[in-house]
Amino acid sequence: MDVSAAKDLGAGLAVIALAGVGVGIGNIFAALVNSVARNPASRDKVFGLAILGFALTEAVALYALVIAFIILFVG
Amino acid sequence: MASGSNIDALGQFTLHRSLGALGASVNFTNANTMMLVAGALILGTLYVGMRPKAMVPGRLQALAELSYEGVLGMCTDTIGHEGRKFFPFIFTLFGFVLLGNLLGVFPLFFTYTSHIAVTLALALFVVLLTTYVGLRMHGLHFFSYFVPQGVPKALLPLLVPIEVLSYISRLISLSVRLFANMMAGHVMLEVFGSFVVMLGGAGLLGLFPAGLSFAVNVALIGFEVLVAVLQAYVFAVLTCIYLHDAVHLH
Repeated sequence: MDVSAAKDLGAGLAVIALAGVGVGIGNIFAALVNSVARNPASRDKVFGLAILGFALTEAVALYALVIAFIILFVG
Repeated sequence: MASGSNIDALGQFTLHRSLGALGASVNFTNANTMMLVAGALILGTLYVGMRPKAMVPGRLQALAELSYEGVLGMCTDTIGHEGRKFFPFIFTLFGFVLLGNLLGVFPLFFTYTSHIAVTLALALFVVLLTTYVGLRMHGLHFFSYFVPQGVPKALLPLLVPIEVLSYISRLISLSVRLFANMMAGHVMLEVFGSFVVMLGGAGLLGLFPAGLSFAVNVALIGFEVLVAVLQAYVFAVLTCIYLHDAVHLH
């Protein structure tokens, strides 16, 4: 296996982390829908929290993406 | 390009010297130019917006007041009563990051927050400030922050290093989050933009996927605006949370 093939494989492996992020973001918004359905008045307060959680979870995906980019494009 | 493709995804982040000979002498780059533009825009919007001092605000005044009240609400909600003291800092930070993110969405403009050097400097400042605030307000008692309450004594040798590590890794998470969001978004735009050019040049069969990529790019720009605002908000909120930890110790 030459180096460029290994790089492509490594970048692919690096973004496996996105599976976990998908589960996490799904969880966050499922919980948001649940809580707003139970108490619609809480929407404004809960929405900010959900967005914060979404951004924090999404950041994990981007760490994986950055690693993939580093493998592909740097060095 | 290592992967053999001819998409120059990272070329858009190259720094160039700007402002001619004067800029070259102090290494003044296009990122610095954009920072000046962002600063001028914030100050200009606030100054021009607040000049009428109208009871019923116009659009610009409403923008200035809404941003002021929004950030002030974020400070006082998160930090508590002491939040008012940190409001100027949070507002500056929020404005600087927001404008950096938003200006990057426009063509030919440079996203200075897509450089880890910039975001790391911001995060370093935030973490050093929170540590300083904690030490200033609590003295050496601040270090009790690293000792979780109500935990069996036997577990402390394990938990204290974890707490210290998580405190230090705020620096990395805060900076890499912003930098990775901005960089990944712009790389994605670049990749889909290259698809349009490559497929459009490939003949009749490529026109449909080229149009599809173009549509995706349009949607991505909308998403980029959302991410730009969201990440600025997250950066400011996390700074508030860290300051809350420093002020209240848990």
